[in-house]
Amino acid sequence: MSRITKEEVKHVANLARLEMDEAEVEKFTTQLDDIISMAEQLNELDTENVEPTTHVLDLKNVLREDKVQPWLSREEALKNAPDQANGQVKVPSIFE
Amino acid sequence: MNFETIIGLEVHSELKTNTKIFCNCSTNFGAPPNTNVCPICLGHPGVLPVMNEQAVDFAMRAAMALNCEIAEDTKFDRKNYFYPDNPKAYQISQYDKPIGENGWIDIEVNGKTKRIGITRLHLEEDAGKLTHVDGENHSLVDFNRQGTPLVEIVSEPDIRTPEEAYAYLEKLKAILQYTEVSDCKMEEGSLRCDANLSLRPYGQEEFGTKTELKNLNSFANVQKGLQYEEVRQEKELLAGNVIGQETRRYDEAGKKTILMRVKEGSDDYRYFPEPDLVRLAINKEWMDRVRADIPELPDARRERYVKEYDLPEYDAMVLTQSKKMSDFFEVAIGQGADPKQTSNWLMGEVSAYLNANYKEIDEVALTPEGLGKLISLIEKGTISSKIAKKVFKDLIEKGGDPEQIVKDKGLVQISDEGELRSIVSGILDENEQSIEDYKNGKDRALGFLVGQVMKATKGKANPPMVNKLIVEEMDKR
Repeated sequence: MSRITKEEVKHVANLARLEMDEAEVEKFTTQLDDIISMAEQLNELDTENVEPTTHVLDLKNVLREDKVQPWLSREEALKNAPDQANGQVKVPSIFE
Repeated sequence: MNFETIIGLEVHSELKTNTKIFCNCSTNFGAPPNTNVCPICLGHPGVLPVMNEQAVDFAMRAAMALNCEIAEDTKFDRKNYFYPDNPKAYQISQYDKPIGENGWIDIEVNGKTKRIGITRLHLEEDAGKLTHVDGENHSLVDFNRQGTPLVEIVSEPDIRTPEEAYAYLEKLKAILQYTEVSDCKMEEGSLRCDANLSLRPYGQEEFGTKTELKNLNSFANVQKGLQYEEVRQEKELLAGNVIGQETRRYDEAGKKTILMRVKEGSDDYRYFPEPDLVRLAINKEWMDRVRADIPELPDARRERYVKEYDLPEYDAMVLTQSKKMSDFFEVAIGQGADPKQTSNWLMGEVSAYLNANYKEIDEVALTPEGLGKLISLIEKGTISSKIAKKVFKDLIEKGGDPEQIVKDKGLVQISDEGELRSIVSGILDENEQSIEDYKNGKDRALGFLVGQVMKATKGKANPPMVNKLIVEEMDKR
C-alpha cells in the first residue's frame, strides 16, 4: 500500500518552492514512500508509557542575558545579498 | 433572520527587551536599515539561537497580568513558510505548549462589565520589514526587526460587537503598558491586530464561516472594519449567498473592507519542535520572581482613585486608561494639587491640546510638576482660572515653572480690596449711563462694567471681588 501520493509530493514541493517534473515527482514519491516505511518500523515498539520526545538533549533553560552586542556592519551583513538598494536587500515584488 | 456576531482578535505585541529574542542585536526602533543584524537573525547556516531570559520573563509577566495559567513545561516550534521578510524560511514560535493559557480580562461597554477569555499567549520572533516600491517590480527588505521578541495573544470568540472589540483592545493595551512589557505603539508596529468575524443565526450552536481582517492600523479602524464586515456578511447571507473564507483588508479612504485573498483549506505550516532550542522548565520560584514584578494594574488603580482621592468613577476610568496619563496625574497631585481639579485639567485642557495636536502626554513640554503647581496657584487665589489658561498655553508649548511665568509676566491676580475699589471707581466715573441702566433693572449693565474692569486690569482682577465691589460702589452713588 502506498503511504504517500503523488499529489502530496507535489503539495510539499510547492510549499518548499521546489520545481519538479513528472519524472521527479514519480521518483520522489517512491523514495519518500521507502523512507516512511523504514521509519514506520518504530511503530513496532511499545511506547505506551513513554513521554513524547521533543528534544534529544536532556538540557533545560539555556538562557542568555539581555545585553546588546553589535556584530556585523551593514556592508558585511549584505555581502551575500545578490541585489541591493539603499542598504536594503532587493527582492522580487511580492503582492498580497 | 437575525444574526449573532462572533468576533475573535489576535494581537501581536513587541516586547521591550534591549536585545532580540535569540541573539544580542539591538531592538532599537528606527535604526538605519540592516544595521542591527548578525548571522543568527539573518539565518545563516550553522548558527544557533539562544533564548533571551528577559523575553521569557516579559511573556510570563504579560500572561500573568492577563490571568493566564503559566506552563511549567514549555517549548518552541518551527512554523515553516516562504516569504522574503523571513530569512530562515521558518519562524520560531510556540505551537502546542504556549507559555500562557486560559486567561481573561474584564471589559466595560455601556456601563456593563463583560469577561473576555484569552485562549493563549505565546512567545515568538518577529519578521523583517518589507517595503514595496511604487512603480518598481521589486521590494526592499530591512532585517532590523527580524528576531524582535513578540507575544501573540489570542482571544476566545467571546466578543459580540465591534464596540466590545474596541474595549478589549484598549484594555489589553493598558495592561501591556502598565506591566511595562511593551510600548504598544501601533504607528511603530509594536502592537498589531488581526480580527476575525463571523455571523450565525441566533440559537445556532456552530460558528459561521469567518473572514479575517488584516492591516488594521488603529483601534478605531478595527472597530470600523468590523462594523463594515458585520453589515456586509449580513447582506450576503440574507441574499442567500455563502461567506467565503477570505482575508480582507480595511480600506481607510473608502471606509470598506477589500478582498486580499481567498483561503483554500487551512494554512499548512508543518510545525515541528525546534531542535535548536531546549525546553523551558518554569518552576514556582521563577513564577514568584516574575509575579513580584507586576505593578499595580489599571483596574486596581482605578478603584484606588475612587476610594483614596474621591474621584468620580468616570474620571478614574479615563485617567487610568493609559499608564502615562495616570502616572502624570499621580506626580501632579504629589505637588499638593487637588485631585479633582487635576483630573478636570487632564481630561479638559490637556486632552484637548493633545488631541488637537496628535500628541501624547510625554511629547509636550508640560510636566506633571508644572501642572500641579499651576493648579495650586489657582487654589491659593494667586491667579484666576482665566489667567491660568494663558499660563497653561505657555507651559504646554514651552514648559517652565508656572510661578516664574506668573511673576515675569505680572499675572498675579489683584485681590487687594483697596486697589480694586479705586479701579472700580474710575470705571464707574467713565460709565454714568451704565449705572443708570443698572438702576433701571438692566442686569446686562453689570456684566459690561465687570468686563471693563477686567479689561483695565488685563484680566488680573479677582472676578467675584470685582462683582461685589461694583455693586457696592453703585449703591453708594
